Amino acid sequence: MSATPPSGARWSPFYDQIEVQRAPEPGGAGGAYRAFGETLRGLKTTLARVVEGVSTIQYPEQKVAVYPRFRGRHKLHRFEDSTDNGGKAGLEKCVGCSLCAAACPADCIRVVAAENTPEMRVSAGERYAAVYEINMSRCIFCGYCEVACPFDAITMGHDYELSDYNRSDLIFTKEMLLAEPLDASPLRAEGE
Amino acid sequence: MTPLAIVDYYEAWWIQIIKAVLIFAIGLQIVPVVLLAERKLLGRFQGRYGPNRVGPYGVIQPLADIVKLLGKEQSRPNTSIGPLYILAPVISIMTAVATFAIIPFGDAPHIFGTRVGLYGIDVSIGPLYIFALSAIAFYGLMLGGWASGSKYSFLGAMRAAAQLISYEVSQGLALVGVLITAGTLSLTQIVHAQEGMWYIVPQLAGFLIFMVAAFAETNRAPFDLAEADAELVGGYNTEYGGGRFASYYFAEYLNVVVVSGVATTLFLGGWLIPGWHSEPAWLDPFVVLFKMTLFIIFFIWIRATLPRLRYDQLMSFGWKILLPLATLNTLITAIVVVAVHG
Repeated sequence: MSATPPSGARWSPFYDQIEVQRAPEPGGAGGAYRAFGETLRGLKTTLARVVEGVSTIQYPEQKVAVYPRFRGRHKLHRFEDSTDNGGKAGLEKCVGCSLCAAACPADCIRVVAAENTPEMRVSAGERYAAVYEINMSRCIFCGYCEVACPFDAITMGHDYELSDYNRSDLIFTKEMLLAEPLDASPLRAEGE
Repeated sequence: MTPLAIVDYYEAWWIQIIKAVLIFAIGLQIVPVVLLAERKLLGRFQGRYGPNRVGPYGVIQPLADIVKLLGKEQSRPNTSIGPLYILAPVISIMTAVATFAIIPFGDAPHIFGTRVGLYGIDVSIGPLYIFALSAIAFYGLMLGGWASGSKYSFLGAMRAAAQLISYEVSQGLALVGVLITAGTLSLTQIVHAQEGMWYIVPQLAGFLIFMVAAFAETNRAPFDLAEADAELVGGYNTEYGGGRFASYYFAEYLNVVVVSGVATTLFLGGWLIPGWHSEPAWLDPFVVLFKMTLFIIFFIWIRATLPRLRYDQLMSFGWKILLPLATLNTLITAIVVVAVHG
């Protein structure tokens, strides 16, 4: 039976008939013989897995490299220690504008701003964040804070090991967010 | 017929005690190794490492498992029947160890001037002894499941009973071919009878039937219906924990070792190395252990490959296919032996 009608022919139900190949009836000596053959095929399949090698990643020792756009733990940034940024070197980029807190859908960012004084200049702007806290147990890692920030002061980092024993320990303070993470997560090259 | 095979040397009683202790100790050492090998190899077959955290390469894992099990509280359900519940794992482990006694690890070489048989006992009823003990071993599963007073245990025990009885027939018949060809029931003499050719060649059908039945007899995948964890929680040992569960577990793996030993002895020529008839006697046990290892790896390989059979498939396979094939094999062997030897 052919499933394709000859060119120009009218459609008829005949052409919709398809051939069905059914498996042989199970049971009996023939079934046992086929089962034996399939068993050998299965043995070959599992042995091929041994030859193929192990695909486990030994997690605490080996980590999965994340992609560059992976949204992990947040980072707060300072100006680089270079000469061409007009005396801003080492100052915090965050000016305490609270736009990140406004953008945050999980409402997990708390910013309390304070004025910079000539004696204590913390940030490059007029004000700085006296308190900057992110509640990591609420954060959904959407990255809206990063988008909302006009000074690129907050970005999403690559660290994903954030578990802790207490909820209160998951409230990350400004000092924690400014500090470099202890062991950085491995990063994949673009396109890898 | 005397219960022990007639041998041309005498063993002092203290030699026999040393041998018994030694064999039991070696048997005890093999089981944790098999346990670890199973978990490591299953891992490899599934593309993972298996246990590798306890000790270097995870070698202390079975020890840790056993220590954990033995350190647990021995609890038993209110509905259980105390004495039987306690006795059942003992029966299981006792029969497994007792079967290990007749596996020959070598001939009877001279050790320090006296001839010592490298086996526990050389019984003149070899395979019958094995089947007698495996028939008793089934009481271990049956009583354990029944005395637990739990429906899952009971179902597992019923399945175990049906399965073991069905497959023991085929297993026995598969061996009859070997026995007819060898003309003896003593395991050491069966090995000697294979000096010309291992019985796996003339008795290939018997070997395959024996292996299939051995999987069923040891309750291993794909015939592990007695403890089908997906449907029966744990089968006959559902209600067992701690040391008693460890006994069941130990017996199960020792049974695998024993069946491997029996298959080695009856079909793979025991301690014989083909083409080398003057090998030193100290090599014999290692040859046997090597061949047993091959079988154990095969057991694990099969477990990694095949899914569990359905209950009706198990029964119809055992009675409708395996048993007629085993009978046919016996019949043909008998005819051929009579035709050749008159």
